[in-house]
Amino acid sequence: MKKTFKLSMVMLLALTVVLAGCGNKKSESNSNAGTEGGKSEVKIGMVTDVGGVNDKSFNQSAWEGLQQMKAEKGVAVEYLQSTKADDYNTNLNKFVKGKYALTWGIGMSLADAVGSVAKQNKDAKLAIIDAEVDQPNVKSVTFAEHEGSFLVGVVAGKMTKTNKIGFVGGVKLPVIERFAAGFAAGVKAVNPNAVVTNNFTGAFDKPDLGKTAAATLYNDGADIIFQAAGGTGTGVFNEALGRAKSGQKVWVIGVDKDQSIEFPDVTLTSMVKRVDEAVKRVSQEVIDGTFKGGHETLTLKDNGVGIADTSSKTVPADVLKIVDEYKEKIISGEIKVPEK
Amino acid sequence: MSKLYKIFTGSIVIPLVAIVFGLIVGAIIMLVGGYDPLLAYQSLFEQVFGNLYDFGETLREITPLILTGLAVAFAFRAGLFNIGGEGQFIVGMTAATFVGVKVTGLPSIIHAPLALIAGALCGGLWAAIAGYLKAKRGVNEVITTIMLNWTALYLGNYIVNAFMLPEGMDHSEEIQSTASISIPSLVNFFNDARMHWGMLLAVLASVFFYYFMWKSKQGYELRAVGHNPNAADYAGMNVGRNVVKAMFISGIFAGLAGAVQVLGVFHYQSIMSGSPGIGFDGIAVALIGMNHPFGILLGGSLFGILTYGSAGMSFGAGVPPELIRIVIGSIIFFIAAQGIVRWVLKPLYSKRKKEKVL
Repeated sequence: MKKTFKLSMVMLLALTVVLAGCGNKKSESNSNAGTEGGKSEVKIGMVTDVGGVNDKSFNQSAWEGLQQMKAEKGVAVEYLQSTKADDYNTNLNKFVKGKYALTWGIGMSLADAVGSVAKQNKDAKLAIIDAEVDQPNVKSVTFAEHEGSFLVGVVAGKMTKTNKIGFVGGVKLPVIERFAAGFAAGVKAVNPNAVVTNNFTGAFDKPDLGKTAAATLYNDGADIIFQAAGGTGTGVFNEALGRAKSGQKVWVIGVDKDQSIEFPDVTLTSMVKRVDEAVKRVSQEVIDGTFKGGHETLTLKDNGVGIADTSSKTVPADVLKIVDEYKEKIISGEIKVPEK
Repeated sequence: MSKLYKIFTGSIVIPLVAIVFGLIVGAIIMLVGGYDPLLAYQSLFEQVFGNLYDFGETLREITPLILTGLAVAFAFRAGLFNIGGEGQFIVGMTAATFVGVKVTGLPSIIHAPLALIAGALCGGLWAAIAGYLKAKRGVNEVITTIMLNWTALYLGNYIVNAFMLPEGMDHSEEIQSTASISIPSLVNFFNDARMHWGMLLAVLASVFFYYFMWKSKQGYELRAVGHNPNAADYAGMNVGRNVVKAMFISGIFAGLAGAVQVLGVFHYQSIMSGSPGIGFDGIAVALIGMNHPFGILLGGSLFGILTYGSAGMSFGAGVPPELIRIVIGSIIFFIAAQGIVRWVLKPLYSKRKKEKVL
């Protein structure tokens, strides 16, 4: 018995050494993007919501913006992921108490945490995406999602063959309702006969629900679905891909980022929301020393929302021309897009 | 006294060795991933004990884990596997929020305990549903409690949505300040860490657990049912009633965990798109604590320290927080697979006490 024990200990040690060897070799190439920062004095931190940094949505977009800041301006950037709502306060405090120049809270669910941390640390600078926090040291950035959604609504209204269009949303929050309202208004503007059916799945992280919702809409005769459902929206794309394979002509309109890169065959266009641009802009203000608390809504005019540049691949030029006309009208204030 | 001696000598060795093994496995995995394990564990330690704020927040993290751990262990002592801590936690949250938001005009000394009791009772009743089904219809409590988790999640969301949702928000109204169990002086002392009375409650709950289970007649019956329901039945005990009672008290612990989270930490309830996971973590805590209330105090502390410290690991050493879950997972693995630990320790034992049979 003693012998086996000794032998196993030796084996364990040997294994450790071997593995340690592997590890060291690997560590040269495998570096974590989060920790390597430039030697600059300006440090910017960001706290994700529970979606995590690779959510293919606003967290990822914000982190891309910060990484560009690092590449262009040499600022040190860092992120912390929140695994549950308890983490918001502590993660924000980690940056604030670490004397970061600016701390980002990404997403509406961090609003209260950002508010209370800002109140407790009056000399810290914070910023938040998708929510309004009323503190003098917080910059709140929201987007006019309804304006961008109006434009993709115009595309859908012009392109639909069945005059049936679907909308798949995540949780029925004001943000998502803005998407739905703008989209419906856009469709109505160019095609009064088309019917838009809304389906709120109640979750941002359930692709299976998205797939079911999409299947229901497609079965009902819809040929275009606009998804504003985060991870749930992946299910919408999967359903469309399945149907496209069997010869059915269906489209999905992507959201937040240009999703035609990920799903080229079924993406008609995407309503892009430039979270990365917003993050870069406010971060730049901190570097320049012009940072001021307050609320800012990024609209079509500011290029904060819009339709993906790659749309010309799938959308005919004459439709895009109409989109441009409506864009001008919204920017000039001639058309007021409803938010509800 | 000899019992106490046994707790701190006999059974505590295995969890301790298991923890060390878990940390070693974690270190190996970190090495493979190209991270520095020493720096990582150092930053974990600093994150937890580095300053008053973080220490206070660690205590906050530990509190609900102890309570849900007690919930799982209590049912387990009575031979039941309560996987529904999650659902009871959510029901406790919802009930506490409802009382906290809707009841007005009470002084703090009545309002806060009322909200706590509401949360605890509703959690208990929620668990008692599974207990009743088990006692009367023989439905396996594992299945019913899991199902009730989902029911609780969506019921909670519905109640927040229908009765307590301010326009344009994704969480309920704030509870009345009279329902809060935060301790302002301690919050100040710990540099704004969210300190609350629930921490004391968690310790009191484990003392109650101990006395109820081992010093009362009812506890004796519960344990008897847990050991052998047929024998207990033969001895004249009402097995069905004991099953319902065990689930009810178990649910009280989990419901209390949810209530203190609302009344002490958040002061509102969010619309949740997924389970918060604290109820499931309670299963692990109960395992680490060997289903003993004082073991759970330690197990919950360990689990909380590791969870809270993981943010430090990702911050200081760039280790992804997923990895700390692997460390926790391997600790649980070694505790669950005690045979491995015993086998490794066996030579040491046999050397020291040759005449004794292990």
